[in-house]
Amino acid sequence: MTIREKAFIAGAWEHPTRLAPDRSVAQLHAECAIGALADAGLSLADVDGYFCAGDAPGLGPLQMVDHLGLRPRHVDSTETGGSSYLVHVAHAAQAIAAGRCNVALITLAGRPRSEASSGLQPRNWGANLPNQPFEVPYGLVTINGYALVAARHMYEFGTTAEQLAWIKVAASRHAQYNPNAMLGKPLTIDDVMASPMVSDPLRRMDCCVVSDGGGALVVVRAEIARSLARPLVALRGAGESIRGPGAGRVDLTESAARQSGAAAFAEAGVGPADIQYASIYDSFTITVLIQLEDLGFCAKGGGGRFVAEGGLIAGQGRLAVNTDGGGLCNNHPSNRGGMTKVIEAVRQLRGEAHPAVQVPNCSLALAQGMGGVLATCHGSATLILERL
Amino acid sequence: MATPYQARAFPDPAIYPEAKPFWEAAGRGELMIGACRACEQPHWYPRGHCPLCGSLEVGLRRSAGLGTVYSVSVTRRAGPIPFAIAYVTLDEGVTMLSQIVDCDLDAIRIGARVEVVFKPSESGHSIPLFRPVASL
Repeated sequence: MTIREKAFIAGAWEHPTRLAPDRSVAQLHAECAIGALADAGLSLADVDGYFCAGDAPGLGPLQMVDHLGLRPRHVDSTETGGSSYLVHVAHAAQAIAAGRCNVALITLAGRPRSEASSGLQPRNWGANLPNQPFEVPYGLVTINGYALVAARHMYEFGTTAEQLAWIKVAASRHAQYNPNAMLGKPLTIDDVMASPMVSDPLRRMDCCVVSDGGGALVVVRAEIARSLARPLVALRGAGESIRGPGAGRVDLTESAARQSGAAAFAEAGVGPADIQYASIYDSFTITVLIQLEDLGFCAKGGGGRFVAEGGLIAGQGRLAVNTDGGGLCNNHPSNRGGMTKVIEAVRQLRGEAHPAVQVPNCSLALAQGMGGVLATCHGSATLILERL
Repeated sequence: MATPYQARAFPDPAIYPEAKPFWEAAGRGELMIGACRACEQPHWYPRGHCPLCGSLEVGLRRSAGLGTVYSVSVTRRAGPIPFAIAYVTLDEGVTMLSQIVDCDLDAIRIGARVEVVFKPSESGHSIPLFRPVASL
């Protein structure tokens, strides 16, 4: 059973806050839920499916369903880190296609900035973690789990720090048009190269921002989407994949995006050359480069040349990527960037991106999410969205 | 520029029942890798089943403790001291996460030959790490 054109994203809303010491995480979820439902022209009473991940306080969806005031007949708390929300869109479409719900709400929110949580700290994924004895003693945090990928990519393919810096520069060029962006000033390659080295070869400006906030999506059945006043944004294809060190057969130059991307393109019946806009998860600059290659926008090893010289800048580059400024400059709420990836893709397909970065007549877009730590266990999800 | 290795106690590994023989061998200065008696393929990390073929007939076999740096990153600003996190490909064919120690961290290169060395965790477990093989 395909989900192709069975489900539509009718509501998408990004919380404008980037610092929220005055709000609880549950309150941020509620504001995002209500914002996305209002965007769709729906209300909490219309929701019969609820999706959340590990950022939602409580045991899966149990507390948030009650706190929000929902009465769902279908719930899903699939947790694949920052890619969870793209998986949720796909699973919502599957549930809608199977008749399990009609209006699915997906929420994300968190306060890592207020709570001083960043990619410099060891991640805590709970007790009994099977790979704990073989990762935790070595000081694996988030950033060095991406730096190992960057170092190997440079070794195998000659990728340079300046090429990675172009990814940050492109994000900053877009972010200057986003009044809510945390880093709204256009940056130069020199700015990025002058920032302090954090974990070789990644510098501070190779990293995403740490921001409070959140976002939400409303995925609905086709008949409902057609009854609403919003432009029709259909899910045309989706893929999800998990990858890790694989019993010691490590290849850091390829990610789970290879499988999730291939599955999404196959279901959608389109290829990378058909995509007019792409949201690509950007926890770090290297994250973008690896995914662009694995999705097939360029050959493996060609990512450095693809992103260089403004390759990702809307209106002038090879492919418009992350026109909201992305996680690198705009927003990375709860240290999980998947939600904002979908939201900006929806804006582009609706023609609601900032005019300076809007892709003309954008009718086919891709949203790509990554979760976990790229050098070890990570999850990837790919969505292909179409304006009908 | 030089970034000398600074000694510290490593965070403790959880000692799961299936891997007790691994940690006992580590205490004797021996690096063991997972060995499957059914498919005869090595696996890392050691566990109670073979992740390659699904057999429960697994054991350990001793690695020579020699390998090559597959990737390395000197982590400079995550914690009190810099350290060189690395993936090392053992000569037996599996690649394991570790750290490179006992050298100038800035001089470590991908492709360099390394040998295992054990250092204590906070509670005294022997953690397998690697140092450059002394050049002749």
